[in-house]
Amino acid sequence: MTDAIRIENLKKSFRLGFIPKMKEILKGISLSVKEGEIFGYLGPNGAGKTTTIKCVLGLIYPDAGTIEIFGQPHGTARARQALGFLPENPYFYDYLTAREFLTFYGDLFGLGRKETGERTGRLLKLVGLERAAGLQLRKFSRGMLQRIGLAQALINDPKLVILDEPLGGLDPLGRKEIRDIIVRFKQEGKTVFFTSHILQDIEMICDHVAIIVGGRVVKQGALQDLVSEKVLFTEMTVSGLPPEAFRGLGESVSAQGGRVLLKILEENRVDDILALVRERKGKVISLSPRTETLEDIFVETVTGT
Amino acid sequence: MKITAIAGITFKEAKRDRILYLLFFFAAVAIITSRVLAILTVGDRVKIIKDVGLASISIFGVLMAVLIGTSLVYKEIDKKTIFTLLSKPLHRAQFILGKFLGLVLTLFVMTVLMSLIFLVLLYFHTFKVEWTMLVAIAYIFLELVLITAVAIFFSSFSTPILSSIFSLAFTLIGHLSWGLELLIKKMRAGAGRSAAQFFYLFLPDLENFNFKTEVVHGLPIPAGIYLYSFLYGIFYTAFILGLTILVFRRRDFI
Repeated sequence: MTDAIRIENLKKSFRLGFIPKMKEILKGISLSVKEGEIFGYLGPNGAGKTTTIKCVLGLIYPDAGTIEIFGQPHGTARARQALGFLPENPYFYDYLTAREFLTFYGDLFGLGRKETGERTGRLLKLVGLERAAGLQLRKFSRGMLQRIGLAQALINDPKLVILDEPLGGLDPLGRKEIRDIIVRFKQEGKTVFFTSHILQDIEMICDHVAIIVGGRVVKQGALQDLVSEKVLFTEMTVSGLPPEAFRGLGESVSAQGGRVLLKILEENRVDDILALVRERKGKVISLSPRTETLEDIFVETVTGT
Repeated sequence: MKITAIAGITFKEAKRDRILYLLFFFAAVAIITSRVLAILTVGDRVKIIKDVGLASISIFGVLMAVLIGTSLVYKEIDKKTIFTLLSKPLHRAQFILGKFLGLVLTLFVMTVLMSLIFLVLLYFHTFKVEWTMLVAIAYIFLELVLITAVAIFFSSFSTPILSSIFSLAFTLIGHLSWGLELLIKKMRAGAGRSAAQFFYLFLPDLENFNFKTEVVHGLPIPAGIYLYSFLYGIFYTAFILGLTILVFRRRDFI
């Protein structure tokens, strides 16, 4: 199976400033996105996420390196035929209605009137904007714009969907809706490549992850390989016992309203504490082991480089 | 198909531009004012109406071409609408040609509207439809087409204010460069004359499109001149568009 996206040693510098000075944004990015997976591209602001995407789309010409989309060299109109793209903070022609807007993009793919009409209807339904079909885009809220942007990216029924910060600036409900749509893409066999810095979202839906820092991919792999099942520490809330009782057992102890919150670093200590609580007739209110999250890896990677 | 889609959207956007209507309003005022000027004139009043009317169509047409031409392409880049467009299977050349055709269509509608006012006013003076005026107007339109291409060229790499200044300078130079032609005729052969000829080759000569005097005074024009001016307009526009596409294709859209 060919990779949906294969990037090898991608480099790009920009001349910036009043007195132009070369600034290297991408310092040799290599990654591959398998067909049919959801790929999360993570990185702090200014790491080069959007620049990578723009190189893939052919909006920016790379200085060095190769990019292939389904085995074809990128940048050709042919390679873009099977591609859908949602930019960050999308701004569209705000004087068009949602239906006119999608029809226009259908025309760009040379779809026929009938086909465009059908797809427009289906997509408006998919993103939940049926009732706003006749509304001008300028009257749209941020979330609605994001959804019409998503519909626009899908007008050609693409095999590969590239989304730049699709969950940025949305409320929790909006984020969930977009997330659900992305998961639906995968069920339809589409490949999704998206950037984000909202880590929980990536953790929830991605198969593969690459972390980019300062123009370099510093970590990449399957999500389950990156995030270990290792328990970092255990949090326990206990009532009916004074905080002094846990001296020497828990790492940090804080007491509030008759409840004691413990952070236990060593796993074998958990049983000791449970035994102690039982013996002194206390009550365990909560017990939760904290495993390593993507956020931990991200923070560790970013601060480590 | 793709080009017409872009052209359609450009036309739709251009006709929402308030500047266009403001300029149209002033053009209409200028054309109608020619009537007042005619009253103040001793001699052939109709000639004044024709003169001022055609000049108004030309001047306001140029302003429309420059002001919308320079803002529309820049706006696409500035507001980042171009990202989604160019991520579709659309060539950059198709984008430029679509923009160009959309603007030309806008200017065509505007020229027709201004001409209508002009011809109706003229009709009330002469009580006949002056079809010869259409010849002058057609060549004014050809000049507007060229200036639109120039405006798009500058706006593909510069800001609207700078592009407007460049495009207006282009128009001004184009209307004065005939002086260079005159100079070449009077110069002796040598380095100076070669230099003048070199400049004249590249500088636009927009007086080629100026048939106002001939039409107003009813002077005969040889057919060869019509054809020359027509071809000059077409080839110069194609040259500028080619240059624009060349610049635009190399651009990074950060």
